[in-house]
Amino acid sequence: MAGKEKMEQLKAAQQKWSEKTDESVQKRPERKETFVTGSNHEVERLYTPVDLEGMDYEEALGFPGEYPYTRGVQPNMYRGRFWTMRQYAGFATAEESNKRYKYLLDQGQTGLSVAFDLPTQIGYDSDHALSEGEVGKVGVAIDSLKDMEILFDGIPLDQVSTSMTINAPASVLLAMYIAVAEKQGVSPDKLTGTIQNDILKEYIARGTYIFPVEPSMRLITNIFEYCSEETPKWNTISISGYHIREAGSSAVQEVAFTLADGIAYVEAAIKAGLEVDKFAPRLSFFFNSHNDLLEEVAKFRAARRIWAKIMKDKFGAKNPKSMQLKFHTQTGGSTLTAQQPDNNIVRVAIQTLAAVLGGTQSLHTNSKDEAMALPTEDSVRVALRTQQIVAHESGVAETVDPLAGSYYVESLTNEIEEKAMEYIDRIVDMGGAPSAIEKGYIQKEIMDSAYEYQKQIESNERIVVGVNKFQTNEQPPQGLLRVDPTVGELQMKKIDELKEERDNDQVAQKLAELKKAAQTDQNLMPLILDAVKAYATLGEICGSLRDVFGEYQQTVVL
Amino acid sequence: MELGKRLLEGDKRAAARLISMIENDDPEAVAILSAYFSHTGNARVIGITGPPGAGKSTLVDKLAKLLRKKDAKVGVLAVDPTSPFSGGSILGDRIRMSDLNLDPGVFIRSMGTRGQLGGLSKSTLGAVKILDIMGMDYILIETVGVGQSEVDIVKAADSVLMVMVPGLGDDIQALKAGIMEIGDVFVINKADRDGADRTKTEIEMMLDFSHGDWRPPVSQAVAVNNIGIEELTDNLDKHWSFMKDSGKLIEKRVNNSELEIIDLTQSAILKKMMGNDDNRNRIRELAKKVAIRERDPYSISQMVLKEMIVGEEGGVKD
Amino acid sequence: MDRPIRVLVAKPGLDGHDRGAKVIARALRDAGMEVIYTGLRLTPDQIVQAALQEDVDVVALSILSGAHGHLLPKVVDKLKEEGIYDEVLVLGGGVIPEDDIPELKKAGVAEIFTPGTPTGVTIDFIKNNLKRSL
Repeated sequence: MAGKEKMEQLKAAQQKWSEKTDESVQKRPERKETFVTGSNHEVERLYTPVDLEGMDYEEALGFPGEYPYTRGVQPNMYRGRFWTMRQYAGFATAEESNKRYKYLLDQGQTGLSVAFDLPTQIGYDSDHALSEGEVGKVGVAIDSLKDMEILFDGIPLDQVSTSMTINAPASVLLAMYIAVAEKQGVSPDKLTGTIQNDILKEYIARGTYIFPVEPSMRLITNIFEYCSEETPKWNTISISGYHIREAGSSAVQEVAFTLADGIAYVEAAIKAGLEVDKFAPRLSFFFNSHNDLLEEVAKFRAARRIWAKIMKDKFGAKNPKSMQLKFHTQTGGSTLTAQQPDNNIVRVAIQTLAAVLGGTQSLHTNSKDEAMALPTEDSVRVALRTQQIVAHESGVAETVDPLAGSYYVESLTNEIEEKAMEYIDRIVDMGGAPSAIEKGYIQKEIMDSAYEYQKQIESNERIVVGVNKFQTNEQPPQGLLRVDPTVGELQMKKIDELKEERDNDQVAQKLAELKKAAQTDQNLMPLILDAVKAYATLGEICGSLRDVFGEYQQTVVL
Repeated sequence: MELGKRLLEGDKRAAARLISMIENDDPEAVAILSAYFSHTGNARVIGITGPPGAGKSTLVDKLAKLLRKKDAKVGVLAVDPTSPFSGGSILGDRIRMSDLNLDPGVFIRSMGTRGQLGGLSKSTLGAVKILDIMGMDYILIETVGVGQSEVDIVKAADSVLMVMVPGLGDDIQALKAGIMEIGDVFVINKADRDGADRTKTEIEMMLDFSHGDWRPPVSQAVAVNNIGIEELTDNLDKHWSFMKDSGKLIEKRVNNSELEIIDLTQSAILKKMMGNDDNRNRIRELAKKVAIRERDPYSISQMVLKEMIVGEEGGVKD
Repeated sequence: MDRPIRVLVAKPGLDGHDRGAKVIARALRDAGMEVIYTGLRLTPDQIVQAALQEDVDVVALSILSGAHGHLLPKVVDKLKEEGIYDEVLVLGGGVIPEDDIPELKKAGVAEIFTPGTPTGVTIDFIKNNLKRSL
């Protein structure tokens, strides 16, 4: 065959070129002996068609909007509309966060993304002993439906899509959102948005868990079931690699562990009696975007291809939407440096490009000051402008998947798929992600990567500009955002008032009903919604469930 | 000696400091332990051992909490491995016991093995005495748990609790040697997992084959959910009664004291030999003669013993 | 006397990001120190009791939640109450604005290490600033 002959010719030519180049390299050595990606995968000097030998275009890539979705989940991608520009924000009180949301919407942002403070994320009210010093710090404090009403005051919930970074108590916050919508006269089926609801990565990397694995998985499948009927446009989970990467994983590990978590959720839902094509279209993903531009692009593409295959082959999904991996991206928080913070703007721009070239559905760009504090309004604006510049000025959004066919990018895509599948198979052999987490396997793999990375920086094998090279003497940055230290007291006062005003007998009754139901295998969503509407606090609801379910104990790998 | 007095009054800071001093071979600490030795012997010492990932720390946490409900004071010694490369270690057993940090009747101490094999650190026995003097009713020793045979725990404890998990399969065969013999009480933790009953049967069968006057009981537990802890303490109590009533306790303590005397003497001899440069250099010189076959190591070692330890007239050298 | 430096590495408060704490724990171990790692969600009281029982030379606190202004001085105060502050070096690390550092130091935290600090810097700082001799 002519093709085969051509390939042999090419191989011979490449061999010759390599020898010649090796010779000249002997005389003038290259910068390093081995070159690696941001995730320590070895990189060759040159990629050619030889590296893609045997690759079948239709099988490996296909067309955008078609299986295996390597090139994107929509046929025309950003020619239809840009990705959703969504800045994660929220701090202090509901009142202040509400102001920030309105500002962001005014600036052209197209979706909201709510950050909650740690007590909220762990199901404690602001007056709990462990909440001391934490109220309103990393996000907004929500103690009851009252706060949620203030948070979305004047924001019509049928017109924005809202992403809520909430996991262990996701059902409670979703119930509050539905209740606020009802008060606005918006019916649940009009609501669009996402709850993160991904408990497995909390065990692995982020740490805001409450309940043990089993009841947590049950709460999640309860949400799947409830939403498939009541809020069909709501994304019920955002299976997150972001925090796995932040914890120090490699790109391959990010893909592998996230998709292994995804498999666990699908299995749990099927085990709970749900039909795969009914809930799977509402699964969404959340990835990190780091500085190694081409590796990141390959990562996103590989993730799409793997997920499509898993859903089709392993779970027998028929609905194309079940096979499409849709994802939100956030630029890498851990890549930001406290040194020379202006440099972070450039890093974020590269990471934005990676996400867009990788075909993201929505994007949060970090602000330059986030290695030091919560971002100020000015720095958030620059971060948003970065997305707008990539969208409107860079040209990369004008055609679909522009890097496809690059010998390097396709090779990397294949390699990431292969290595991620090795991990996924190993985890499946261990009994799935929950057992692999319990055994500490996933945590150990991540920790080893993180430590390796740190050692490379300290030995100057890896350069981080401004950190271990090109340092300058700098003045500490001025004008960082400060959260008002009295927020805690304010929230406590609000809780006291609430407990005076509301019908406490009704609250007690709703909580008792919830506790009773928690001991059966009933869907808990309707009961949580009832309790929320009676103005039971988040801490009361989670506390009732804690009584029944107990608390998770972390497997720590050091 | 001020420290000893404070220790006797139950002062945690004194205990903490004394354990450090014992770990660092501080002669003052040895003198204190020697002076206050008559205040030891009151605590029940329970060793907790088993393969990695068996949930030993969680079990210790729950055991301690149950004992606290009975108003007993509890000391915990948790041993983790020291890196042979750096001499450093990460001791992570407290993670599971953070609720106990604030309990006035509990004292927890993490210890690195610092080169000791066998599942304990060389200072564990000293630390046990310190906790005993400070008035602990129970002392729980959690061994390293690296899966190798951790037989030292027998020398330190009145009862050894062996923690197993379901699905060990072939591992049980491997564990049999060395580990099955040392358990006085067995518990299968994480018993909500598949295979818990089978593991129990397998262990029971092995125990049926070989046991002395005491047939170790085997129970199941899910320590995370606080299930099976009562039954476990009952079994530990049974073993304790058996030990006391049968006279085995005193026999065991005699055995353990004997071993301790031998150990201490051995390390004293070693220290004498290796603790000063003259001796080290002398041995090095002699080794050169052995290496070129000028002398044999057997007669050399007799010579070294006379020169450095015994002295020409047969008395112990200073 | 040659003995390992004992360091308590703790995460006060509710913040679950433990990458930094674990990386520094490993680095200190590799530098020959005994590291007592205490896991997530500890109150200042729990941290101080653990420090006391473990007889540590250093308490290293990692915090990324912004609650440092509240939690770090509280640990220092409790160490003073227990009478062990004079023996224990208190360090902080994490996402802590430069502006906050003078106040934390005034409150008794010996040094703050922000993101990007090489672990070697922390190790040297510990070795050079211990409050009691080895």
